[in-house]
Amino acid sequence: MTLAFLNLSWPALANGLEFGGIYALMAVGIGLVFGVLRLVNFAYGQLIMAGGFALAFGAQWGLPNWVSILFCFGVVLALSLLMDRLVFRPLRTHSPAVMLVATFAVAFLLQNIALLAFGGFGKTAGALAYLNAPWDFGGVEIKKIAVIAIVTAAVCLGALQLLLTRTSLGLHMRAASMDFRTAQLLGVRANRVIAGAVVVSALFAAIAAVMLSVAEFQVTSTFGLTDTIFVLAGVVLGGLNRPVPATLGGFSIGFATGILGSTLPANQSQYLQSFLFAAVIVVLLVRPNGLFTRGAAAVERL
Amino acid sequence: MNLVRRLPELFVPALLVLGTALVGLEVSSYLQSYFLDTLVQVAIVVALYVFIGNSGVLSFGHISFVALGAWTAGVLTVPAGQKTAIMPGLSHFLLHANVGNVTSLALAAGVGGAGALVVGLPLMRLSGLAAGIATFAVLEITNNLLTYDQSIGPGENAFSSVPQTTGIWQAAIGAFICVVVAFAYRTSRFGRMLGATREDPAAAAAAGISIYRQRLLAFVISGGLAGLAGGIYVHLLPLQAAGLSLNLTFITLAMLVVGGSGTLLGAVVGALAVNGIYSFFSAATNGVDVFGWHLTVPQGTAEIVLGVMMALVLILRPSGLTGGRELTLPQRSARAKA
Repeated sequence: MTLAFLNLSWPALANGLEFGGIYALMAVGIGLVFGVLRLVNFAYGQLIMAGGFALAFGAQWGLPNWVSILFCFGVVLALSLLMDRLVFRPLRTHSPAVMLVATFAVAFLLQNIALLAFGGFGKTAGALAYLNAPWDFGGVEIKKIAVIAIVTAAVCLGALQLLLTRTSLGLHMRAASMDFRTAQLLGVRANRVIAGAVVVSALFAAIAAVMLSVAEFQVTSTFGLTDTIFVLAGVVLGGLNRPVPATLGGFSIGFATGILGSTLPANQSQYLQSFLFAAVIVVLLVRPNGLFTRGAAAVERL
Repeated sequence: MNLVRRLPELFVPALLVLGTALVGLEVSSYLQSYFLDTLVQVAIVVALYVFIGNSGVLSFGHISFVALGAWTAGVLTVPAGQKTAIMPGLSHFLLHANVGNVTSLALAAGVGGAGALVVGLPLMRLSGLAAGIATFAVLEITNNLLTYDQSIGPGENAFSSVPQTTGIWQAAIGAFICVVVAFAYRTSRFGRMLGATREDPAAAAAAGISIYRQRLLAFVISGGLAGLAGGIYVHLLPLQAAGLSLNLTFITLAMLVVGGSGTLLGAVVGALAVNGIYSFFSAATNGVDVFGWHLTVPQGTAEIVLGVMMALVLILRPSGLTGGRELTLPQRSARAKA
């Protein structure tokens, strides 16, 4: 059975949804931190890389899968908090452009530390590779990881929505992202809000690392790098200012790359990146608030 | 009026370039390669400074213009007999076009400037974060096209067989031209107008300055200088598209930030200082002797040191090593200052 009218097979669609889900999580991770810190984190990909290496070490030490996944979460979380404490906090009062350069520096630094420590070939995180095997849905075979990725992404985004709308931390985060100064004056504790955003964003990075390691189990220093660059593009396309548009942007990019990557011939898909970034430029010029935002003034950012 | 007083702004960087060249002539040919690299990077960083320093707007895209210059100079100077071997997909027009060394460099600068004009026309309306991301997009697009489009160059392969005409003098003259152009622009009325828009956009606009036009002019000039640097670079090394991307962007930006992006002196000092440290640790990969003890570091240490250095400078001394000051002659009377 195929989606003949779209000239698209079910596995290709599942592939698109899988990457859409993973990229949506990454997009929210980047968007949350941007919301409270006005910081576009270029080093987000390196968090995912660190998670990938944690999984690889877990596999090497023969840990059970759930332990190495926990280990991955721990590493990403620790690194993320460290990054915030050492680099982002001292730079908080600087302009977004300076912070952008700083995250660029952190990204470069972490990538080269990984290159130095683990070499050009990296390590293998093969423990979850069995998820590449398909499940059979009434004659249609779909990779297990695709189903898992879609479900996980949906659950995580739902949980985040609850956090933002039903808890006081969420309320504070939303307030801080609207107007940090005023929120502070009204008693919102800056460090707590920022830590909250950093932690949630790190959790999503860890989840993305686990899911990306299934398809790409050779973890090198550039693990997650291309994905992050694509997601950054997607976040800007959707609208950096608010999480739902950012998520939609991330999802669309993931969906498009997932589908086009498996349907376009190589001599066309290699220019995908150019089209993507050309679209980014057009959106920045024409709709600086993003494609999926309504109205000129983005009122609430989280 | 104050041009005489400001001449050290030109002479000190120019003398630094000359000094680097003279030392580079004396050292062994192995060490000389580091000096050659340094001089090319001085040119790139000064090109970056012309735009970023004067406008205060971030650009991640300048390595695109370096790459355009490199491609222009490279494609036009590979000997006709070897073109089809290295670049099988080259378009017909380029297959038969061949120019000399100097012409290729001039064309590289021209194409770099033209590229900057095309990019700048739409993008110079942006500033801050949007400018950073848009110029990053430009870098990704250029790199993507140069990597895969074999009708305009070698694609993913290295640019071999380009005549290696870049010696110490050619590199030094390139850097020198960049320094002189940067100084001339900075002291011209256009440079001052752009400086005014950096300090206070609203006041500058109220005084009748078109921020967009002034930024565009600086962008085109710095694109041209970056193209020139790219041309010189491709005559030095068999470059590859992969080498003209994120890493070089990071390294050159680091140089500018470390030196102090607001001044020409900062750009040159940053390029020299960072290159010195970077080269030292790169050389130490094979072992170096420092004050009697032998030091060997693992590969990649240079990049890590550079990353830490850049982060530290950003946090501790955001205006760079030179502290945002140009060297000028002291004023004759203190009252003139007030």
